[in-house]
Amino acid sequence: MNFQSRRAARTTRRIRLHSVAVVLATAQTFTLDGISARPVRVEVDVHRGLPAFSVVGLPDAAVREARERVRAALVNCGFEFPLRRIVANLAPASLRKAGPGLDLAISVALLTASGQLELGSSIAMVGELALDGSVRPVPGVLAIAEAARERGCAAIVVPAENGPEAALVEGLDVICLESLSQVAALAAGEWTPPRPRPMSLDRRQGETLPDLADLRGQRHLRYALEVAAAGGHSLLMVGPPGAGKSLAASRLPSILPPLAAGEALEVARISSVCGRLGAGTAGRPFRSPHHTISPAGLVGGGNPPGPGEATLAHRGVLFLDELCEFRRDTLEALRAPLESGWVAVARAGAWRQLPCRFMLVAASNPCPCGRGESDPECNCAPLAVRRYQARLSGALADRIDVLAAIRQPSAEEIGGPAGEPSETVRERVIVARERQERRLGAGRSNAEMTVAEVRECTLEESAATLLAESYSRRRLSGRAHDRVLRLARTVADLTGNEVIGHEQVAQALQLRRRDSE
Amino acid sequence: MNEPNACPDCLRRARLLAHLAPYIEKISSAAPGSRSPELLRLCNEDLAAAAAPKIAVQVLAEVNAVPEQRLRSDLLAAHCWACCRHDPAFPPGLGDAADAPWALIGRGDPGLLDRLAPEEAVTIVGARRASTYGREMARELGRELAAAGLLVISGLAFGIDACAHRGALEADTTVAVLGCGADTAYPASHRSLWRRICERGLVLSELPPGTGAWRWTFPARNRIMAALAGMTVVVEAAQRSGSLITADLAADLGRDLGAVPGPVNSRASAGTNDLLAGGACLIRDGQDVLDAMLGPGVRKAERVGADLDARLRAVLTALERGAETSDAIAAALDLDGAAAGSALATLEALGYVSCSLIGVYSRTLLSAPAI
Repeated sequence: MNFQSRRAARTTRRIRLHSVAVVLATAQTFTLDGISARPVRVEVDVHRGLPAFSVVGLPDAAVREARERVRAALVNCGFEFPLRRIVANLAPASLRKAGPGLDLAISVALLTASGQLELGSSIAMVGELALDGSVRPVPGVLAIAEAARERGCAAIVVPAENGPEAALVEGLDVICLESLSQVAALAAGEWTPPRPRPMSLDRRQGETLPDLADLRGQRHLRYALEVAAAGGHSLLMVGPPGAGKSLAASRLPSILPPLAAGEALEVARISSVCGRLGAGTAGRPFRSPHHTISPAGLVGGGNPPGPGEATLAHRGVLFLDELCEFRRDTLEALRAPLESGWVAVARAGAWRQLPCRFMLVAASNPCPCGRGESDPECNCAPLAVRRYQARLSGALADRIDVLAAIRQPSAEEIGGPAGEPSETVRERVIVARERQERRLGAGRSNAEMTVAEVRECTLEESAATLLAESYSRRRLSGRAHDRVLRLARTVADLTGNEVIGHEQVAQALQLRRRDSE
Repeated sequence: MNEPNACPDCLRRARLLAHLAPYIEKISSAAPGSRSPELLRLCNEDLAAAAAPKIAVQVLAEVNAVPEQRLRSDLLAAHCWACCRHDPAFPPGLGDAADAPWALIGRGDPGLLDRLAPEEAVTIVGARRASTYGREMARELGRELAAAGLLVISGLAFGIDACAHRGALEADTTVAVLGCGADTAYPASHRSLWRRICERGLVLSELPPGTGAWRWTFPARNRIMAALAGMTVVVEAAQRSGSLITADLAADLGRDLGAVPGPVNSRASAGTNDLLAGGACLIRDGQDVLDAMLGPGVRKAERVGADLDARLRAVLTALERGAETSDAIAAALDLDGAAAGSALATLEALGYVSCSLIGVYSRTLLSAPAI
């Protein structure tokens, strides 16, 4: 017997010596990290000694309080809470664990360790416990279920209310638990839980959304909305208060094409992590944060970093009403995310990359009083107006493609017939998007065209002349030139032209956002 | 052509003004919106005694002690030159004013001094807080008059002034008269415009380089603008606007005075409408200015744009009737949003209309060809 095997034998002997008192059990669970879930293995050790229950492994306050919930829940469900020295370790120890979702895993591991039940180790579990043992829903179950499948778990135990959400993940058995007392039956094989039906991510979104028909008159605004939706272009509306800017923005999701299956799952995962997934939240998100929002609130932040409004608006619409009232640094924070579709939030000890591919829609008054300088009643100081409008040509506004000037609709228009419904506009938008995808690849729109792709757009001769003329006469910048081409491409996609004509360039020139001199 | 020249006495006068600027500010700021300080008529000794009696002797001695070499090297260092009242190149119009500056400090093209005669120059002034209409009118007037061979003078201020300069630069050149040293752009946000004028036109001031702007220097600057030009055109001014000071000064010098009419219910145009009611020349376009200055029909500023089809003509008419956004045009003519937009963009490309930062359209002075 060589040295190494002698040592192994001694170790085994020592364990056998204490085996009467040491029982170790583990359970698989997950904790949320940004908008994805990270695996956590719960190890519970029940040891002889003074009765105590400690949780180690970077738990936050909610996890530490699990001790009290677990103790009460076990006793109230008729289990025995061992009067021993209990240590629950959450591995990996370097990962910070947050939230009450670990309750279920800790209690099951404890029950296993004290020999009260035996559950397969390939079953992941997540859920918060009430004192009476009932299992409460937790946020982010969709992300957790996806992580469980990736980790190779055969099944996942989730709170009953989160069942439909977890069932969205294919290739994973979902077990819905209403109370901790059901665990014993489950472990003994006496109870076969019903398989929950996956919740519907209604991709056609449909009738619950406000309809564009409410926007009466305002033909140019309707057209600008249609072009913006068709090409995924960002939109700025400028006009007096009450002219219909917010109304128009809230109707935008209803004319956007439905989400693809993968996109719908992305959106659902984000809203699940933020605890907002439920009935009526399917479809493209529409977020309109108040203008007092902080940079961290908009792009994500905090410690550990959590998603902000930009991420919540992923694949949907982010509406910034009163653009000029937003803090400058807040708007600046949106610049890089707007270009890349991702936001990287770094805080001490944590770094997250969160998706945020949204359509930016902004609205502003023409001057501080809102009437507009051409109104004789407007009494704004010139410097105040300049300062106000300077924010419309800042670095963020530079990334806005379409400008819609809005005026108060006349009485006849407001009393007139309802406008075209969202349904028909959306059909045109979908056709235009299909053309773009055929040209650019799946999931891409004209707004995302690279400079090289823009150069490949073919123009009729008269269209090229018009563009060149405007370029020299109106002193367009190179960026504005490309912006006009992108818009013209979208207009041509809406009308079904393969080559961009004079009419389309003219419309794009008119729709484009103006630069200050 | 001869280099413009200035004698040391006149340069010292400019330096004295710079030294006394804070004291003049103190005694003239009692009446805000008042005209150019009467003090500027006085000779050096009286001016110093009136503005700063306690330190008059000291200041005078200090200024007189500056060597001529230093006066000239300071100008050169600021890339400026000077032209005093004793120089033949000194603009003749200034001779009419009793309180004319002794010397003009200039930056830019000194050759323009030759053209700076009252019969060849027009001053365009107006409110800093100008409407889209006012700005567009100023720009078009500047462009048309510069194209017709007149020298457009203005004050580089926000609003009308800057638009007149920009319009004139599009066609030819322009002259800016500043209320601070000619080497300083005021307001600072017009630095790029100031630089363009320095390169292609002329910037003038009666103050030496490096002098800051004071409240009294603006009405003082206005007296120079009024005297330099044969006609002063006020494009847009509210009541009690600073540009009315220029109009007043021009009228006192016997210069022509013109005003662009505005809507009668617009506060922004109340001052110009008052001027018109008081007998100022009615200015609707550059031709009106040319007729008033040079006699009817002497010089033509005819500008007719490209041919228009029926649809564009209808949009242009709707715009002239007061529809100023794409939306309003669409509603007025019962077009869809796309058609109205493309018509407006075509008109903009042809130069018939212009669009503001926030999407408000206005008509330019370009006239449409007769059908």
